[in-house]
Amino acid sequence: MSIILDHVNYIYGEDGPLAVKALDDVCLQIPDGQFVGIIGHTGSGKSTLVQHMNGLLKATGGHIYFNGEDIYDRDFPMKKLRSRVGLVFQYPEHQLFEVDVFSDVCFGPKNLGMDKKEAELKAFDALRKVGMPMELYYQSPFELSGGQKRRAAIAGVLAMAPEILILDEPTAGLDPKGREEILRQIKELQVQTGMTILLVSHSMEDVAEYVDRIVVMNKGRVMYDGAPKEVFAHYRELEEVGLAAPQVTYILHALKDRGFDVDVNATTTGEAVETVLHALGRIPEAFRP
Amino acid sequence: MGIIRTKDLVYEYVRRDEEGNVEGFTTAVDKVDLDVQPGEFIAILGHNGSGKSTLAKHINAILNPTEGSVWVDGMDTSEEEHIWDIRQRAGMVFQNPDNQIIGQVVEEDVGFGPENMGVTTKEIWERVEESLKAVGMYEYRRHSPNKLSGGQKQRVSIAGVLAMHPKCIVLDEPTAMLDPKGRREVIRAVRALNEVEGITVVLITHYMEETIHADRVFVMDSGKIAMEGTPRQIFSQVERLQELRLDVPQVTLLAHELRRKGVGLPEGILTVEELADALAGSR
Ligand SMILES: Nc1ncnc2c1ncn2[C@@H]1O[C@H](COP(=O)(O)OP(=O)(O)OP(=O)(O)O)[C@@H](O)[C@H]1O
Ligand SMILES: Nc1ncnc2c1ncn2[C@@H]1O[C@H](COP(=O)(O)OP(=O)(O)OP(=O)(O)O)[C@@H](O)[C@H]1O
Ligand SMILES: [Mg+2]
Ligand SMILES: [Mg+2]
Repeated sequence: MSIILDHVNYIYGEDGPLAVKALDDVCLQIPDGQFVGIIGHTGSGKSTLVQHMNGLLKATGGHIYFNGEDIYDRDFPMKKLRSRVGLVFQYPEHQLFEVDVFSDVCFGPKNLGMDKKEAELKAFDALRKVGMPMELYYQSPFELSGGQKRRAAIAGVLAMAPEILILDEPTAGLDPKGREEILRQIKELQVQTGMTILLVSHSMEDVAEYVDRIVVMNKGRVMYDGAPKEVFAHYRELEEVGLAAPQVTYILHALKDRGFDVDVNATTTGEAVETVLHALGRIPEAFRP
Repeated sequence: MGIIRTKDLVYEYVRRDEEGNVEGFTTAVDKVDLDVQPGEFIAILGHNGSGKSTLAKHINAILNPTEGSVWVDGMDTSEEEHIWDIRQRAGMVFQNPDNQIIGQVVEEDVGFGPENMGVTTKEIWERVEESLKAVGMYEYRRHSPNKLSGGQKQRVSIAGVLAMHPKCIVLDEPTAMLDPKGRREVIRAVRALNEVEGITVVLITHYMEETIHADRVFVMDSGKIAMEGTPRQIFSQVERLQELRLDVPQVTLLAHELRRKGVGLPEGILTVEELADALAGSR
């Protein structure tokens, strides 16, 4: 499912005295099956942006198209859209409400009209994917640790098998292993099922590792839009708007300053290892790129 | 005796069904002994559900031990009459800055705590000023908290705690929702409080690199303290940390990977400078 945002604006409290322009002339085209990272300073409009993509917020100006259809057309099936676009909220508390974790995860697929058996199978599968310990399945979602709540919320959306999966800071509060496990699962979903994925994140390391494309938001506007390496090449400008490059970029610059011949555009640990070994002359000439 | 001490601390959550019948127990903290000295900077790491928040909530008497004891500044937290003294001595800052800010204007928000404690108006203003200056937010004193960035809001929440003149601050994932700049600002402010004001700091985080300046790092696993040491001692043990579902700072990981490929580097490199110097030396 492809998405087009055409000159989208959004103003909170449009007619009131405290109006806030949260999105300012945003144009984006997201093709089917892409994994897109969205980064930006706090308050830059990321959550506002993604809430437009499942119809939760309605643009105060501009158009949004799903597979070419204008979602603000009167006969556009908005309800169906919500079942095809899964959104994991920034604060998991906003989407947990059932008596136990398992019922909570079953809620979505049941609501889509699946029978009990099928919904339960989907729920089991999703809970396994997010690494939820089995003994917590029948515990109240409100009696979980922060990271466990986060896992439950992600499972609830995965169980609906959406065509577009939007995750608003899904790894905030997850332990490092959990962060890696969940991002790997999501990457695998993209590769295996061709799901379109939008990941809002404050972790430069995570977006560098997993996404195909990065959209940088700054004060409600799109500041950069490109492949991770292109975007992180602007790391000085990113710092000025509250962001940064992945840590390895700084390491490589420090090495370059000390006279090592390293590629400063490497953005993941794996790439950094290679370029440092190369600079140290540890890789035989024949294997060099 | 340390400013924060726990002895054989055990905490069990009792789970009940809708009728209120007991369904089971979760032992969230399991025989923890902790002794934090005044002025220390302590970091607590651990996988999701390992018991960090539960432990932290004992330090300002939000929770009371199921077994064992907790003392803050010599006061037993299970004794009802100490509860306000304890909360004033040990302030808490949580993950989500939006849930902690109540005032319409920054200085009002920061003054709220001391006002509740019955501090005189003149002193409230002094405290508000000094606290906002300590976290670098004084110029924003007349702003509306809603219009601040996440890192700024979080520093205002820290100032709110500081205004109560605590001896100790417990921060439970204070940077989880912040952008890289906000994260740096908050950590810098916390370090300054520790180094300049001598305030004891307990920092809970899932970002490994935020703990490299701590005096001691504790790693929790299933309610127990699994590792304890200086950041260098802890982050030298890459494989052990990975078993505990943790990680090391990216620079430490890079050094570790290079070492495995035969580059002569020491374990436990913590900063970009250290790595660059060590590599320059190995050439
Ligand atoms: N319900 C609301 N009412 C009024 N203003 C709002 C509301 N929600 C958000 N805003 C404002 O809109 C702007 C964009 O907010 P948004 O939540 O989209 O940012 P964000 O990039 O997701 O930030 P963060 O990284 O902190 O989650 C901010 O200035 C914010 O204060
Ligand atoms: N209110 C509660 N009722 C029952 N069990 C709870 C409650 N809060 C937490 N627990 C359980 O206690 C254990 C420890 O939880 P705690 O919140 O202390 O973990 P944590 O280390 O802070 O995790 P995280 O990194 O996810 O925040 C977990 O197994 C959790 O499920
Ligand atoms: Mg947001
Ligand atoms: Mg916690």
